[in-house]
Amino acid sequence: MAKTHDWKHKDLIGIDPLGAPEIETIFRQADAFLPALDRPGALDLLKGHTVVNLFLEPSTRTRTAFDISAKRLGAEVVSIDTSASSLVKGETLRDTALNIEALKADAIVLRHSSAGAAAYLARQVGLSVVNAGDGAHEHPTQALLDAYTLRRRFGKVAGLKVTILGDILFSRVARSNILCLGKLGAEVTLAGPATLVPARLAEAFPGVRIERDLRKALSGADAVMLLRIQHERQTTTHFPSLAEYTSQFGLNRDRAGWLRPKAVIMHPGPINRGVEVESALADGDRSVILDQVSHGVAVRMAVLNLCVSARSR
Amino acid sequence: MNTPDPAPLWIRGARVIDPASGRDEPKADLFAVGGRIVRRLTPAQQAKARKVDGKGLVACPGFVDLNCRLGQPGRSARETIRAGTRAAAAGGFTSVLAMPDTLPCVDHPGTLQLIHDICETDAAVRVLPAGTLTKGHAGQALAPIGSLAKQGVVAVTDTVAGVQNNEIMRRALEYAAMFGLTVIDHCQDSSMTEGAQMHEGAVSLRLGLRGFPAAAEAIVAASDCALAELAGARMHLQGLSSAASIEVIRRARARGVRVTADANPLHLLLTDAALAGYDTNLKLNPPLREEADRQALVAALADGALDAIASGHAPCTATEKDREFDLAPFGAATLEVAFAVAHEALVLSGAADLPTLVARLTHGPAKVLGVAAGALAEGAAADIVLLDPKARWTFRSKASRSLAGNHPLEGRALRGRVTATFVGGRAID
Repeated sequence: MAKTHDWKHKDLIGIDPLGAPEIETIFRQADAFLPALDRPGALDLLKGHTVVNLFLEPSTRTRTAFDISAKRLGAEVVSIDTSASSLVKGETLRDTALNIEALKADAIVLRHSSAGAAAYLARQVGLSVVNAGDGAHEHPTQALLDAYTLRRRFGKVAGLKVTILGDILFSRVARSNILCLGKLGAEVTLAGPATLVPARLAEAFPGVRIERDLRKALSGADAVMLLRIQHERQTTTHFPSLAEYTSQFGLNRDRAGWLRPKAVIMHPGPINRGVEVESALADGDRSVILDQVSHGVAVRMAVLNLCVSARSR
Repeated sequence: MNTPDPAPLWIRGARVIDPASGRDEPKADLFAVGGRIVRRLTPAQQAKARKVDGKGLVACPGFVDLNCRLGQPGRSARETIRAGTRAAAAGGFTSVLAMPDTLPCVDHPGTLQLIHDICETDAAVRVLPAGTLTKGHAGQALAPIGSLAKQGVVAVTDTVAGVQNNEIMRRALEYAAMFGLTVIDHCQDSSMTEGAQMHEGAVSLRLGLRGFPAAAEAIVAASDCALAELAGARMHLQGLSSAASIEVIRRARARGVRVTADANPLHLLLTDAALAGYDTNLKLNPPLREEADRQALVAALADGALDAIASGHAPCTATEKDREFDLAPFGAATLEVAFAVAHEALVLSGAADLPTLVARLTHGPAKVLGVAAGALAEGAAADIVLLDPKARWTFRSKASRSLAGNHPLEGRALRGRVTATFVGGRAID
């Protein structure tokens, strides 16, 4: 197992502050945890620790993945969602977090609709804060599990050509992936409607390429990451309709043919079948969508273990 | 402010700068008797005068602020007229235009009377009230502008709400001109700024925050210029923040449109890059923009395309600001640092000389409002500021006179300080 003292952060707020060696530390630890996924109860690294899932925005998949990850490590898990929290009674995020700290929890996994919320929370409390998505800012564990999936499939991430297709503008997954893939040496191309892939992203994230021609964007790619079309509002101002999105930007068999022969199709879920991706492709040989989900547990185990251990030291 | 006349005032040996008259004397004395500037003191007056050593200091007219919020009525947790006007005095401002977006807002003579009453007992500097341009600053129907003028407002504005309807703005310009009022607009096309938290650019894309495009400001600056031209009226644009807007007013003025404009001090010093850590105290409207915008503002103040620096003082409580970025209100407390910030951005940078900076804080804004302030002419109110341009100091909110809890420059080393402020010849502590 990777030495946990290579890791010095009590929090995981984003990919931005991490270096490639730290990302590698997470991956090596995830490698060690992967076999344990089939054997619940095999590990007790966080036995006696409490992880609080504070999900203030709807999420099933990420919350479940964190829930399972923490339990696989032997931690106790408490989940709080928006409807059950005092935030609906007007309590501030800060007060909620201070109360969780006073209850002697060890870590908060935060999902929040406000960009910067995880960093804000980490400044307020001494316990570990793991960002499970803050507005359109970052979703670091998603990017880590995506890169981890590429690493397992291709052996390494450096040198891979990865195209991210869809709603980049409103996507925290895209931002974390751009940063993570860049740090690991992949070549990142962004594609999608110009309204959702603003030109200045190239300035915001030096090194990424924006390609307006979908064929050029997909040709020669080792992986395509599809992003969920999620904002109802977008269908009036950012593109005309879901049907038009599919016809212009959806991944179908013809377009998948432009990818490299061994290329993989990725999606952070939940999938809009028939919108971003043709249903058969999502279920096909080139799809690693369910591998992403499984790897997500190992990667989140690694993140929780590293952060909580760093805090204890 | 209705207390007996102060002792005669004698400021000795200061560099006297009075942009209204073009005066800049390296070493001169200033005198005031009965709250007004006089040419000299009689021997009897000299004997009982309060003598102030101006050596190494600059004496200039008290600053005139075109944009501040004083909390009352309705927002007294953020600021009060008592605290806000003392903060103004500490920052060298002796006349301040109070924005009308209070609770209730100033769209009714009764609210104005309430403000007058509070000022009577509490104000440390001259408070010039502004009224709203539309009822409830909702942009739908004109406020009772004539009645507000009769009660003493000097300007009408819907401030940050802006006026989205061009027909309303046109008629407001025509109507307000009858009463000699200055119509002020905060330029923003709200259809382009829904949910916006900061300037739209590479930084907002990186941070995942929705942005105010610079074009949303320039579009309204342009429509305002066209409407002022159509109405044949004078108009003032507050808090311009982008190079594109500066270009718009330069062109409009070149063809004779009577438009004036100001910028806020923080926008002269900082850019959107300062928001990388999601500092809610730098969440401003208008937002901090990019380096090219900042430079355009500085250049426009230096050459006079911008008439004034307005503090934009927007007090909030610390609690309101201590939360997630998109849930925190806009604004920063700036009255006490405005001079030092503008001094650094304009004078220490070499972009403008000190008399130019003083002009943008005194004669420039006074002309915008058409009020008798911001000048040291004989017989004028003895509203005087002493500045130490060389003073190095550090802003500490603990020492602030404002009630606000949103001080963006806490702990920052500053250069140039207001050392004394006189209103009607009386020192304000």
